[in-house]
Amino acid sequence: MTEMLSYEFMQRALIAAVFTGLAAPAIGTFLVQRRLALLGDGIGHVALTGVALGLLTGIAPVLTAVAVAIVGAVVIELLRMFGRTSGDVALAILFYGGLSGGVLLTNLAGESAASLNTYLFGSITTVSDGDLKIVAILAVLVISLAVGLSPQLFAVCQDEEHARVSGVPVRVYSILIAVLAAVTITVAMRTVGLLLVSALMVVPVAASQQLTRSFRTTHAAAMAIGLVAALGGVVSSYEINTQPGPTIVMLALAVFAVAALFGAATRRVRSRRHPVDFGRGDI
Amino acid sequence: MSTDSTQPLKARGVSVALDGRPVLRQVDLDVSAGEFVALLGANGSGKSTFVRAATGLVPMSNGTVELFGTPLDRFHDRHRLGYVPQRSRAVAGVPATVHEVVMSGRLAHRRLFGWSTKADAAAVDAAISRVGLPDRHRSSLSELSGGQQQRVLIARALASQAELLIMDEPTAGVDHDNQESLAELLGGLVHEGTSVLLVAHELGPLRPLIDRAIVLHAGEVAYEGPCEGLVGEDHAHVHAHTGQPPIPEGLTGEGVWR
Ligand SMILES: Nc1ncnc2c1ncn2[C@@H]1O[C@H](COP(=O)(O)OP(=O)(O)O)[C@@H](O)[C@H]1O
Ligand SMILES: [Mg+2]
Repeated sequence: MTEMLSYEFMQRALIAAVFTGLAAPAIGTFLVQRRLALLGDGIGHVALTGVALGLLTGIAPVLTAVAVAIVGAVVIELLRMFGRTSGDVALAILFYGGLSGGVLLTNLAGESAASLNTYLFGSITTVSDGDLKIVAILAVLVISLAVGLSPQLFAVCQDEEHARVSGVPVRVYSILIAVLAAVTITVAMRTVGLLLVSALMVVPVAASQQLTRSFRTTHAAAMAIGLVAALGGVVSSYEINTQPGPTIVMLALAVFAVAALFGAATRRVRSRRHPVDFGRGDI
Repeated sequence: MSTDSTQPLKARGVSVALDGRPVLRQVDLDVSAGEFVALLGANGSGKSTFVRAATGLVPMSNGTVELFGTPLDRFHDRHRLGYVPQRSRAVAGVPATVHEVVMSGRLAHRRLFGWSTKADAAAVDAAISRVGLPDRHRSSLSELSGGQQQRVLIARALASQAELLIMDEPTAGVDHDNQESLAELLGGLVHEGTSVLLVAHELGPLRPLIDRAIVLHAGEVAYEGPCEGLVGEDHAHVHAHTGQPPIPEGLTGEGVWR
């Protein structure tokens, strides 16, 4: 453990894991609430094209990825608002376009598939000091907006039409959610990787809502689970020499499985103690 | 057209086309201060579309809507409006408590990045009590029955302490006893000066409260006047529930949900 912590790359990887673990569920909760759980995946694929663009042009891939991901996220939201394309078709187009664009541009840049691989599934040894600064700034931005604006974002994701009638600028917030998701994906790129980042946005939320009743506790517990999974995943991937992305996601899934079992058991006990009382005239 | 800043709703010549098909044609509709107006009509006659046009959710191809004397596109005092959408879309992908959903009705009063104030909490508590769910604050919405969820949406509209309540079929799928409770609640609100535009399929126990009824038929106003004129209006699918005792004056509308 102490040996592990003495490596600078491990220190950087663990700090990146803290930011990733907190930011991904912070915004992911709103995607799940809106039933857009796969949006993160779509944007992740688009960000891949951004990474390849960075490799091709020599600009830092984190920056090109965040720029391209934001453009992709805004385009999806605009398609959802004004287009005649249904949400899932728009997502499918992103998946295919993003993945093939990424691989194609990497080929053109003369880089091997291996260099793309570190972005696909994360790589703890390659987080640079420069990367870490960008990751920290972006993650703090995502977390503070997702938590600070949660009354507004909650209302928009809970009932879009009621929010509009209440005077909430729903379009602005919808685009904000998509942009924050895009930024989070770039934050998580070095630890979880682009293909699995969406899992860290969704699985902790799915796990926490097995045990919670309120939005606020679901949100907070999801961030806690994300943090534990990201840190635990980076440590285990060092110990057992695996790629961090799949390791983090497997840990999150394990938490989900335990929470689902525990949640089912407590609901069962509760309903046995308090059978539904039809006599109360509940309508 | 003269403007009257006390008149909650004034719609003139409202026409709406959806998917290129005209759904509303030249609908005029007023709700005066303190008035309880029922918007009736068969399924598909355009009631929801009118409500959605009047609140700015669907664009009008023609006509004007004024809320409290201000044209719709310049109306920003959104807290004066309480909206209860049709079909309950109350349950989203993440759990939320009754308290949290009703609190989202306070947004027009709240500042960005601010905590909710004591006034917000008091308004939310009062609204939840008024719809008869005071012991369900911390319940998750998904634990409630459909009718109870409908009441949560009504509480959300009440929480903004609106002057004009626009409710789209709040009685649909609600049993007779609970319709009476709703009538009691709305009677109390109207007594306090709230104006109501209520969309319904059947009036039931709400009938004695209604000042004026408007019946839509295929997107046009087919009848406007007192409820009495409705008896025998076959196409409106309005059934007279006679024999209901009229609700007495001065009722509070509290604590009568069964
Ligand atoms: N989004 C939509 N696109 C196209 N047509 C619609 C849409 N919503 C409603 N309509 C049509 O408009 C008409 C009026 O619908 P609506 O206002 O919901 O009626 P009501 O509320 O009186 O039952 C119906 O014929 C319906 O099929
Ligand atoms: Mg309707």
